[in-house]
Amino acid sequence: MRTTRSPWFHAVMIPFTLLWLAPIVFVLFVALRTFDDIATRGLGALPAALTLDGFATALAGGQVATALANSAVVTVCTVVASLALAAIAAYALSRHRIPARRTILLVMLAGNLLPPQILLIPVSRIAQGLGIYDTLFALVVVQVGFGLGFYTFVLHGFMRALPAEVFEAALLDGSGPGRTFWSIVLPLCRPALAALAALATTWIYNDLIWAMTVLQTDTKFPITAALLNLQGGYSSSWNVIAAGSLVAAVPTAIVFFVFQRHFVSGLLVGSGK
Amino acid sequence: MTAVQDAPVRTDAPPRQRRRRRRVPPLVWAFLLLPLAVELFWVFWPAMNSFSLSFTSWNGVGAARPVGFENYERLFADPIFVTALRNNVIWAIGFGGLSVAGGLALAVALNRPGPGVGIYRSAIYLPMVISLAVTGLLWRVMYQPGGPIDAGLGAIGLGELQQQWLANPDTALYAVLIAAVWRQVGYIMVLYLAGLKGCDPTLEEAAAVDGANAWQRFWKVVMPQLRGVNTVVFAVTVIDSLRTFDIVWAMTRGGPYNTTQLLSTYMFQQGFTLVNLGYGSAIAVVIFVLAIAFIITYLVRQARAEDV
Repeated sequence: MRTTRSPWFHAVMIPFTLLWLAPIVFVLFVALRTFDDIATRGLGALPAALTLDGFATALAGGQVATALANSAVVTVCTVVASLALAAIAAYALSRHRIPARRTILLVMLAGNLLPPQILLIPVSRIAQGLGIYDTLFALVVVQVGFGLGFYTFVLHGFMRALPAEVFEAALLDGSGPGRTFWSIVLPLCRPALAALAALATTWIYNDLIWAMTVLQTDTKFPITAALLNLQGGYSSSWNVIAAGSLVAAVPTAIVFFVFQRHFVSGLLVGSGK
Repeated sequence: MTAVQDAPVRTDAPPRQRRRRRRVPPLVWAFLLLPLAVELFWVFWPAMNSFSLSFTSWNGVGAARPVGFENYERLFADPIFVTALRNNVIWAIGFGGLSVAGGLALAVALNRPGPGVGIYRSAIYLPMVISLAVTGLLWRVMYQPGGPIDAGLGAIGLGELQQQWLANPDTALYAVLIAAVWRQVGYIMVLYLAGLKGCDPTLEEAAAVDGANAWQRFWKVVMPQLRGVNTVVFAVTVIDSLRTFDIVWAMTRGGPYNTTQLLSTYMFQQGFTLVNLGYGSAIAVVIFVLAIAFIITYLVRQARAEDV
């Protein structure tokens, strides 16, 4: 049953897959049309002629470009800081006899499972109190704090599975915890770190709610928040909105295509498999 | 030979070794406490603040005025809150049901190697990498009057179904839900594909020999083996439903006439647009209370998967 396949399989799957991708393809068609073409012939029509005007307008005000740069800064800083902090916490919890380590680990994971809504109002007040409200730094630290528990949990599982002999040998060689972590644990954890990095990049880049919580100024918005602004500013220029949406989707699509295997294993790491 | 040599060493080694293993070096404490402090400060401390804020009335200026349970009493008399609560139930069932049914069916169909299978899988989980905000915008284009969905309905002779999908109070919530499911199906499919990989194929072959048909083999042999994945999917779906914010905000902002309001969007409006910090916090606490049982389910399952 698992090996035989009737031609019906492809006969069903090919149209299904095309239909599945239709929203992306349609939006691409909309982005490649002119405003006048859409106004006269309707959104559902195929392009009469292809043009990059929509992309030019979306990128012209500089808003989308600035937002992409903001997103890049926030994503890189958050991913690096989260994985670094999660890795040291996971190393301490998985390889040392910290009292109540299991409870600490589960409490950290629980922090990531909390609905963010319960944090939003106090987080925005705390950021104001610290004088970091409306800065990209605030967005980074908040996202690091919220994601840490999950990354720690995943890395803990991975580090625990590393063979004990490696650590005994390191200890006999007189390697302290810092060196053991840096030159043994981190290199061995590369596959887990890659999977988490691919997944975390898409999560952080795609975030909207934390940005709306700690940011106020348009020029500091990451791409998700900036796009919703763009939608307000160009409410009937569907070609511009479509172009902006596609531009915003490109970076994570690249992560997806380049790191596909890491991305998929990243999707699985939280599933307890 | 080695046993004889080891014997004396062993007798005096354990106490020293145990002592050494028990002492946690200061650097390791720092390794743990630094991340823990970050999380306590940005997650657990704000979470506790939300609870105390929910018993106050505060517009952010001056001091918060304690009001006891007043916010909670007001909530259940607030028709928009009741709508949001009902929508959240519809959302959890619709979003969960459709993405699980779709994801599981696709996982079963695509759980075999062969030409094309990798491409089908990639196409189905591609939407996962697109943000919910962008997904919302993509589908706004789809749902516009005269857009591809209306045009498609017209082309297959169902022109009378054409309507303002997102402006019609009867269809708006479901229109947003379809967009969210489109993005979620790939994720559920990946989880089930991994689950199916862990199933024992010989059990299914044995059932086939015993004369079980494909449907019976699936329900009686494969499904019981997927119990672990089901638990995770169930908990994740409910927690995600309660968190859902971006896609509704991008598509309707809770409108028209609050018909697509979910608890999270209503909380955001109360807390940030209207700056009713106490009332917004009370909604946040309700979201937390609804989520907690599922959070615990997930934690228990993860703790068990971690072993011990």
